[in-house]
Amino acid sequence: MDGGLSPIAATRLGRGASVSLVDLEKRFEGVGAVRGISLEIASGEFLTLLGPSGSGKTTTLMMIAGFETPSGGDIAIDRASVVGVPPHRRNIGMVFQNYALFPHLTVAENIAFPLKQRGVDRGTRAVRVKEALALVRLPGYEARYPRQLSGGQQQRVALARAIVFQPRLLLMDEPLGALDKQLRESLQLEMRRLHADLGITFVYVTHDQEEALTMSDRIAVVNEGRIAQLGAPEALYDRPCDRFVASFLGESNFLTGTVRGMETGVVVAECAGAVLRGVAPQALAAGAAVTLSTRPERMRFADALPAAPGNRLRATVTEAVFAGERCRYLLRAEDGTMLVVKEPSSATTRRRAVGEVAELAWPVADTVVV
Amino acid sequence: MTQAASAPVLLVGPLLLFMAAFYAFPVLAMLARSVTDPHPTLANFAHLAGDGVFLHVFGTTLRTAFIVTAGTLFLGYPVALALSRMRPTAATITLVIVLLPFWTSVLVRSYAWMVLLGRRGLINEALRALDLIDAPLRLLNTPLAVNLAMIHILLPYMILPIASVLRQIDPSLPRAAAGMGATPWGAFRQVVLPLSMPGALAGTLLVFVLSLGFYITPALVGGPRDLMLSQLIAQQVDLLNWPYAACLSVTLLAATLVLLGATQVLPGVRGAFRLGTR
Ligand SMILES: Nc1ncnc2c1ncn2[C@@H]1O[C@H](COP(=O)(O)OP(=O)(O)O)[C@@H](O)[C@H]1O
Ligand SMILES: [Mg+2]
Repeated sequence: MDGGLSPIAATRLGRGASVSLVDLEKRFEGVGAVRGISLEIASGEFLTLLGPSGSGKTTTLMMIAGFETPSGGDIAIDRASVVGVPPHRRNIGMVFQNYALFPHLTVAENIAFPLKQRGVDRGTRAVRVKEALALVRLPGYEARYPRQLSGGQQQRVALARAIVFQPRLLLMDEPLGALDKQLRESLQLEMRRLHADLGITFVYVTHDQEEALTMSDRIAVVNEGRIAQLGAPEALYDRPCDRFVASFLGESNFLTGTVRGMETGVVVAECAGAVLRGVAPQALAAGAAVTLSTRPERMRFADALPAAPGNRLRATVTEAVFAGERCRYLLRAEDGTMLVVKEPSSATTRRRAVGEVAELAWPVADTVVV
Repeated sequence: MTQAASAPVLLVGPLLLFMAAFYAFPVLAMLARSVTDPHPTLANFAHLAGDGVFLHVFGTTLRTAFIVTAGTLFLGYPVALALSRMRPTAATITLVIVLLPFWTSVLVRSYAWMVLLGRRGLINEALRALDLIDAPLRLLNTPLAVNLAMIHILLPYMILPIASVLRQIDPSLPRAAAGMGATPWGAFRQVVLPLSMPGALAGTLLVFVLSLGFYITPALVGGPRDLMLSQLIAQQVDLLNWPYAACLSVTLLAATLVLLGATQVLPGVRGAFRLGTR
């Protein structure tokens, strides 16, 4: 759409549905696929379920859509429980990973399908199909068959079909998973634009952390059928609550050591032969074991900084790789811990040689207890 | 490419020789006979068009084939649908049951129908016990018996192609339909049914073609007044009326070939006859 709201977006009413999952569980033949997920999704929110393959994301989405019956817990949409409501009465838009376009129907017939089920007359259907195709930037494709479209175009048709009946909730299961990287990135942006245009609630499933960080209002990191952490992308990236989140969402350096004491909200610990500080959500007893986590791009070589505050650690460079926009170094601390450092590249930055002993420095605020 | 193309020819070579000797040769000889006996002429065929017996038998054959095809389609489609939705173990067991008549000797099968339909058969005895009839009904040696027995035997030919096509339909399609507001019946009618048409067409043609040439079952459970084409051919061969028998055979062969040709022309049907999965 070139400026202005699309007709579909302009007629939106009440915008998005709120979704609430309470202790949601699903067992397949006794094996738990979803093991107690509780989540409040606000009206109009873009929420992403992010997790590795087999963590229960699809199963959760299928329960919201009504294709799977929960083994326990409750699902409420707009505060009304939908457990027991068959899928065709839930009025939810859904994009499947393989798009699930009907091969025997044209693009127009595919998109008109949900309208036909709702008794919308032929003339109105044609108008709405046209609007929906314009909204996903595929105008004039009405008469094609799905097999005549590229993967990206099929994806847009699936999206058009899922929103043409103006649902208040849109579920998407890895909708970009089958596309190449470049196409994926441009569709991510379109998806965000569409979300802003429509104002409806999006629940998005992916195992791609970059996709989740780029698109979401909030991310629920799912692991083994449970939510490991829930929060805004920046919060999850800066303050991962455990080792799983810290390593699944981006890259992290872990330093293990012993607690020496606490200073208001900050733990002081002995790690890898140095005294390091890290943000601690709760007080830790002196002598307890602790793991500190820091992102590789937040660590720097101390001698390159005017004033290096916070944590300092000596380490030996074991690998140096120039990767264009940055240099990636692998270092070994005195206790043998391996660390990754990503330094922005510049013609004025001195490249470190393998075998060189360097002092690393990074802010306490970028160090968290996991 | 040449090597890849010649290898299949070598592999099917023995079968081709066999078919040439035992199928193509007799068929061609018969074809020749139908237009050369007693002398080169098309009179044998011209004669058929005005032959009351032939027209009656041909009509019976077409009607039987039509009823049997419709019967297997209506009984077979739901079975195929159920089969395509079962778990592997249940599907295997059901498949064995479906194929049971297939593996049973045609005589045993036909005698089973006699036990069921005979004057003192199960059905007559049951109806009499319920006081619904006074005298036993004539069920055996009627067109009804022929239709029932043929539907029974030919059901697998209808069920298998339909089930195979149904199984290839992506299960997320009916799901997507339901997600967009289609009732279970609506999802079936608008998505599953149209996508299964190639299988239904394949089964229909298969059963129709097989019905046209059926011989033993009509001979065993059918009546003397309702001959099928192949029974008439056998009769004429017995009477050593070779030109007439040859003519009838060519007619049957032609009808079969026309229908098989249709399988290659009709869109969608070819796919159902293709080997393997898509
Ligand atoms: N229909 C099913 N029957 C049995 N197990 C299933 C079924 N669907 C999913 N599972 C199992 O549940 C777990 C979660 O699956 P899923 O929700 O598909 O994960 P994800 O979408 O996160 O990759 C997996 O271990 C998977 O094998
Ligand atoms: Mg999945």
